[in-house]
Amino acid sequence: MSHLLNRLLAEKSVLMADGATGTNLFDIGLASGEAPELWNESTSDKITDMHRGFVDAGADIILTNSFGGTRHRLKLHHADDRVFELNEKAAKLARAAADGAGRPVVVAGSVGPTGELLAPLGALTQADAQEAFVEQIAGLKSGGVDAIWIETMSAPEEMQAAAQAAAASGLPYVLTASFDTAGRTMMGMAPGDIHRTLAPADGSIGPLAVGANCGVGASDLLASILDITAADPNAIVVAKANCGIPVIKGDQVVYSGSPELMADYARLAIDAGARIIGGCCGTSCEHLTAMRTAIDAHQRSERPSLDQIVAATGALVNQTASAGAGAPKRERRRRRA
Amino acid sequence: MSDEEEDIVLSELSDDELVPQMHDDLYDGLKEEIEEAVHILLGRGWAPYDVLTKALVEGMRIVGIDFRDGILFVPEVLLAANAMKAGMSILRPLLAETGAPKLGSMVIGTVKGDIHDIGKNLVGMMMEGAGFDVFDLGINTDVDEYLAALSEHKPDILGMSALLTTTMPYMKVVIDTMVEKGIRDDYVVLVGGAPLNEEFGKAIGADAYCRDAAVAVETAKEFMDRRHNIRASG
Repeated sequence: MSHLLNRLLAEKSVLMADGATGTNLFDIGLASGEAPELWNESTSDKITDMHRGFVDAGADIILTNSFGGTRHRLKLHHADDRVFELNEKAAKLARAAADGAGRPVVVAGSVGPTGELLAPLGALTQADAQEAFVEQIAGLKSGGVDAIWIETMSAPEEMQAAAQAAAASGLPYVLTASFDTAGRTMMGMAPGDIHRTLAPADGSIGPLAVGANCGVGASDLLASILDITAADPNAIVVAKANCGIPVIKGDQVVYSGSPELMADYARLAIDAGARIIGGCCGTSCEHLTAMRTAIDAHQRSERPSLDQIVAATGALVNQTASAGAGAPKRERRRRRA
Repeated sequence: MSDEEEDIVLSELSDDELVPQMHDDLYDGLKEEIEEAVHILLGRGWAPYDVLTKALVEGMRIVGIDFRDGILFVPEVLLAANAMKAGMSILRPLLAETGAPKLGSMVIGTVKGDIHDIGKNLVGMMMEGAGFDVFDLGINTDVDEYLAALSEHKPDILGMSALLTTTMPYMKVVIDTMVEKGIRDDYVVLVGGAPLNEEFGKAIGADAYCRDAAVAVETAKEFMDRRHNIRASG
């Protein structure tokens, strides 16, 4: 079976994914606390405009506006009974924008975390989480996505639940995590371990690509990419970094990255071994246009060092996972038997 | 547990050994061990307030430091907090009976659109541990819910939490509404959450930004002292 994403990956050395959904929607009037997914119905013209903007900026892959589209998140907005239709609508809007591009553009169905803690830390079982993802993915598939795009994950158990749900849909899928806490996910998973999220022994179909998205700054994300490509040089790796670092100007959250910085980031991501490169929070069409130009002109060169990354895209916010691994846990007294 | 490690019988430890052992057990999230040790200290005549501060709060302070330094991550912190909570539930009724110092009261909640409550729960627990009455509104709290809780509980402090850059601006909505209603100055407003900073706290009109749960407790205490001083001199 030849899916569009597989085909494009075979044709091109690097694909460009799109920019931010959430922060771009804020710029056009989404209020803090509102659910972006409801806009697929109520304000669909703006969602279409956003997708078209990314397509016009040269994206090869666009993500549906369905990040919070599981029942657990939609529940906050009393829309947990409309999971299928909101996700289907999200997929149709992106599909229409992609089909109007005049070139092949992949529509990837965005699947974000449920926001719940999984057992034993929380109440949600892995089976229930998987069921929620199956429900969301069914809507995305019905709306015509080419692939499933699981992103901003932290907990390995939740990644497994989402991956299994995606695998069961028969669509290729991508899995990326947010490494935002001392170089790891907030649940403590190191970037290099993402390849092992699905143990080969469990017989599941693995992700087509893995990688990092969101997190903190572009430099931190590139450091995670180095770890991911080092752990498995043959993997197809995704980099989708925030546009610099979120800084607070007055009561607004703005991102520090310029188009030039994101162009540097894109070149470094290629050198670090990423094959799919996009932007996360703060990345506008202007940034994406600069990234497109950079990606098209750049010949992959030597793998960058951390120092070279910092020199080009700014200081790290956090320590890297490998630096953290050296820090000893506190000396324990005797344990009880 | 490994066979090589020697068994420890908590009740055989002296107070000086037991308290550090409790810090370790909190660090390891051993709920039953914490419950047992709390009972042992109480049985030896410790004041509930001392058990709380010297054993539990101090233990959580250590956990907080290693979380900050990237040695512990959220799962470990949650297990530690659960163990602390188990100890707290033994102490809570005793603290009430013994008239342990009550520092003040707080209404706390995660803002609208945000379902992240790990940090908020930690703050709630630490505040309670420090002697505050805490009224927890949970997650996804809209401005009406905050205002209703303020008028019902008449707390000294309002605490708001957000994890997302997309939900933190909602704190300003709440504070602006308080200003509109003329009740802003009746409360100390503390804000916290990973993407926030001091500048943001100031910009939206909060009294203070608290970097972590320990800072929240210290800040709350300072504001309570100031309030008492103002009242005493007034």
